[in-house]
Amino acid sequence: MPFIPHTEQDIKAMLASIGAKNIDALFDEIPAALKSGKLTAVGDGLNEMQVSRLMRERAAQDSQPLNFIGAGAYEHHIPAAVWEIATRGEYYTAYTPYQAEASQGTLQTLYEYQTMIASLTGMDASNASLYDGASGLAEAILMAVRAHKTSRHVLLPATVSPLYRSVARSIVRLQNIELVEIPFDIATGTIDFKALEQYAGADIAAMVIPQPNFFGALEDVDALTDWAHAQNMLAIALVNPLTLALLKAPGNWGSPLPNPLPLAGEGANESLRESNIRGADIAVGDGQPLGAPLSSGGPYFGFMCCKQALVRQMPGRIIGRTVDLDGKQGFTLTLQAREQHIRRAKATSNICSNQGLMVTAATIHMALLGADGLRRAAAASHGNTQSLAALACGVPGVKRLFSAPHFHEVVLRLPKSSAAVLAGMAEQGVSGGIDLQPYYPQLGNAILVCATETKTEEDLQRYVAALRHVLQG
Amino acid sequence: MSNPANLKYTASHEWIRSEADGTISIGITQHAQELLGDMVFVENPAVGRKLKAKEECAVVESVKAAADVYAPVAGEVTAVNSELDSAPEKINADPYAAWMFKMKPASAADVAALMDAAAYQAVVDSEAH
Repeated sequence: MPFIPHTEQDIKAMLASIGAKNIDALFDEIPAALKSGKLTAVGDGLNEMQVSRLMRERAAQDSQPLNFIGAGAYEHHIPAAVWEIATRGEYYTAYTPYQAEASQGTLQTLYEYQTMIASLTGMDASNASLYDGASGLAEAILMAVRAHKTSRHVLLPATVSPLYRSVARSIVRLQNIELVEIPFDIATGTIDFKALEQYAGADIAAMVIPQPNFFGALEDVDALTDWAHAQNMLAIALVNPLTLALLKAPGNWGSPLPNPLPLAGEGANESLRESNIRGADIAVGDGQPLGAPLSSGGPYFGFMCCKQALVRQMPGRIIGRTVDLDGKQGFTLTLQAREQHIRRAKATSNICSNQGLMVTAATIHMALLGADGLRRAAAASHGNTQSLAALACGVPGVKRLFSAPHFHEVVLRLPKSSAAVLAGMAEQGVSGGIDLQPYYPQLGNAILVCATETKTEEDLQRYVAALRHVLQG
Repeated sequence: MSNPANLKYTASHEWIRSEADGTISIGITQHAQELLGDMVFVENPAVGRKLKAKEECAVVESVKAAADVYAPVAGEVTAVNSELDSAPEKINADPYAAWMFKMKPASAADVAALMDAAAYQAVVDSEAH
């Protein structure tokens, strides 16, 4: 169906019918001081030729350097079939359609996505996605505070991405929620357990547990989950979905409950066998590593899963499987009483939406790679990063900063200004990592480096040559 | 189904029954369950929670809507009907038997001052067009 804007006559007729003088009159209850007026920073429109030229010029700035930056957005191989299928007309829409049940194919795709991501995270339920990982973290914090009921404090470790922390703070600060920063151990690069002790017994709603953390380091998620639960906090897992192909699923974090449920009989699957583990209560993250190209920062998508007990506190759309009057399988939006069209101001969220198209691509990506393909991509990324770190540390003055095991990112300390070294590497066509100086000045000249499965041995050698050239040149 | 004469009522469609032990039981009325339709979920307040009169303290969720339930008077929650966790449809089947939670009212006079069945019926009638 084409989009047909209203004509001047349409608008006049509608205004006349409701007795409004002009369109501005419809917004007169908004105080004038809050209106932004003219957007002077936004230029006039460009014609198609000008836009094409501008976009070509911008595109030329992308993808040129050999990229070793991760920090939340990862360059992975995406099979060509993923976007060939995702951009078919039947799929090509950004959101859950209105009159959703008329689009059974779209709902089934979202249902399959929920099943895949819930299985990857080891959780009971998934929503149909959120905007991105950072807003997903903010929603998880809001959800934990709603579920906990008594406390509005949440522990947010400094090993969580500084950008995620900034987004979460922006969203929750006006809701009277306090985010308490937990420092990290400068030797290991992971959450400092000693710093946690002062919060033992305090009334705190939840703790965020990143895995891997922003430095690529692996947190002791079992001990952290157990500790959070012992303090009556919810455990919010912030995870990279690709790494879950190898790492323990958040749903299985922590120790078994003291009184295990009776084990299921023969034929019990893995998730049943671990049903006596409470695990993380909420799992969120950015789905970008599952089929979304870097695209200068987006669109990506956020995923969010939770345990059954919290499902009515989850924001966003949830697709359910049911049967129609004839007993045939059908898909439907479910648990909608959480949502704003029913619950209005008391909805679980009035700021979220889903990223249907990105999720469609992720579903196809996961289906094409399969569990084994995801494992291989994750393992190759880990292996390449280990190799790169070892090679880089062969350059005089360069060393790995943290002792904890790392997944596919490492922090390197440089003997010279990190900003200058990265600029020098960029001149040689290598994006050498991100400078941690603005975010963690206490680390000195430190950079965060990532080598995914897309990098070859030759690429790693090129990185090291560029680094050597800058440091010794 | 008429509204039992031995109960008290609120304009927000809760019914209140005074129990022998001095507590009151609270549920939602026949009119309320009819408007909401098939119940799928009940969220009750925590036992021990102190409530102000007219404070939102529970939620009933049906297949088509969710509605808040308000404390009819000030007091403390003394019990919740956990049967409704797994069988919320009991509210549809017999709303005046399916109590949601009990309170110890701060003042018995507050309870006595609530609407009787006739006054509540007038509220319902006035809402119907």
